[in-house]
Amino acid sequence: MSNFSRRKLITTGVAAAAGVAGLGVAARLAQKYGLVPPDHSGIYGLGESLTYASQRLLTRHSLAREFSPSQISKPPLANELAPLPDAFKRLQAAGFADWRLSIDGLVDRPGSFSLAQLKSYSTRSQITMVQCEEGWSYIAEWIGVPLHHVLDAVSVQPHARYVVYFSIQPDWWDSMDMADALHPQTFLVYGMNGGELPVGNGGPLRMRVPRQLGYKNVKFITHLTVTDNLKTFGKGLGSASPEGGYAWYAGI
Amino acid sequence: MATSESVRPPLGASLPSSASSVPVTRVTTRHSALVRVTHWITTLCFLALLLTGAEIVISHPRFYWGETGNVLTTPLFKLPIPSSRHLVPTGYGYVLPDQNGWSRYLHFQAAWIAVLTGLLYIISILFSGHLRKNLLPDKAALSWRAFSTSIADHLRFKRPSAAEAWSYNLLQRLSYLCVIFVLFPLVIWTGLAMSPAFVSAFPLTVTSLGGQQSARTLHFFVSLALVLFLLVHIMMVFLAGFRSRMRAMITGHADHKEPT
Repeated sequence: MSNFSRRKLITTGVAAAAGVAGLGVAARLAQKYGLVPPDHSGIYGLGESLTYASQRLLTRHSLAREFSPSQISKPPLANELAPLPDAFKRLQAAGFADWRLSIDGLVDRPGSFSLAQLKSYSTRSQITMVQCEEGWSYIAEWIGVPLHHVLDAVSVQPHARYVVYFSIQPDWWDSMDMADALHPQTFLVYGMNGGELPVGNGGPLRMRVPRQLGYKNVKFITHLTVTDNLKTFGKGLGSASPEGGYAWYAGI
Repeated sequence: MATSESVRPPLGASLPSSASSVPVTRVTTRHSALVRVTHWITTLCFLALLLTGAEIVISHPRFYWGETGNVLTTPLFKLPIPSSRHLVPTGYGYVLPDQNGWSRYLHFQAAWIAVLTGLLYIISILFSGHLRKNLLPDKAALSWRAFSTSIADHLRFKRPSAAEAWSYNLLQRLSYLCVIFVLFPLVIWTGLAMSPAFVSAFPLTVTSLGGQQSARTLHFFVSLALVLFLLVHIMMVFLAGFRSRMRAMITGHADHKEPT
């Protein structure tokens, strides 16, 4: 073996060792700073972790683009719905007067809110785009209460890491990290384009996460749980989406 | 013509007798290990991106210009194919199986690997001299005459000369430069411009393209340009000699002796 190739071998070996050690340290740091998504295991975990980590580093506080009223899509689009459960139909028949949003988990004051209570908080609106993972999109005005106002009302504990949200539709649930949960544009939405939120768009109460794709914007919200561990929900992948084959983080 | 960084020193070069006597078959490398490894990783990633990209498009084979577009708005154009979602009016009486979940996972995973591989490649060709020596055309070669000769040779499907087994011709250099420095950056940019989180931090990346749906449409066309490159690239490999060119890109060795 010539000196040349021996030197090359040693250099390569040192570089490889440094690389492996570097990856180990990076993985530790990523875990510590909440840069690892719950669906990080499996063959697509590498890509998902890189996307989530880099976007959390770049976009923790950035605001979703807002549009002018003239850019609102007319007519408004409503995606198709799965058949609604009887529980929903009963509440709908009563004009959603008995619709409740319950909040529990890592909060000091777990409780339940009526739509009227949610509407008593200062109303906010945003004109933002809904982007479907299929490729289509539309812009609408979304009216509601920022999620962080409601989380403040129940007093979230400091070690909270995720907000898990559930639809009245069975098996429809999702979760987001605190960066999105406390983000000023993450709303519990009850109105759209100046009126009530139509059932087709998730009325009476829908989660709005404008920095993520449409499927994170779960319709018919009835329950929120604040947690520091997603392992205990469903299959432990963070939401129903990865269980159905879709990424948990949908900021893409 | 041989590339200095990819040519190993001739075996026994230090022995005084071997230099001038019998013609030495020099053990040379046509493509460096880095070029070969990054080439094949990129190939795998590109095929994965192409397959999954097509799969994602099938769920909504309509394209728009501007910020928004959906089944209620007029498309710029539609692909004449069936869709994997029955809400999309396609004119076909059936719906294809929906494979978007793993397609999206794999699309972004392959994109990450391709981008990281591409960065490694760019950094290394900047420092190794590969870019300057083998990709950037010589000043002398960059004339209209050389350009038209090269185009004419290609149009006549002229088999490349033995020298061209060791060096890229002008049109080849320009194509590779275009793919590396124009099409790949564009496809990454238009891809990122579709990300709601990315554009929240960098809104100019999408507004400068005319909107989110414009970015999607451009992403499609840049991908088509890359597919066109792939087809021509494969055709040229066959024309130049499939076995020798594949061997050069896999093992690094070439049939032809390096011209002196």
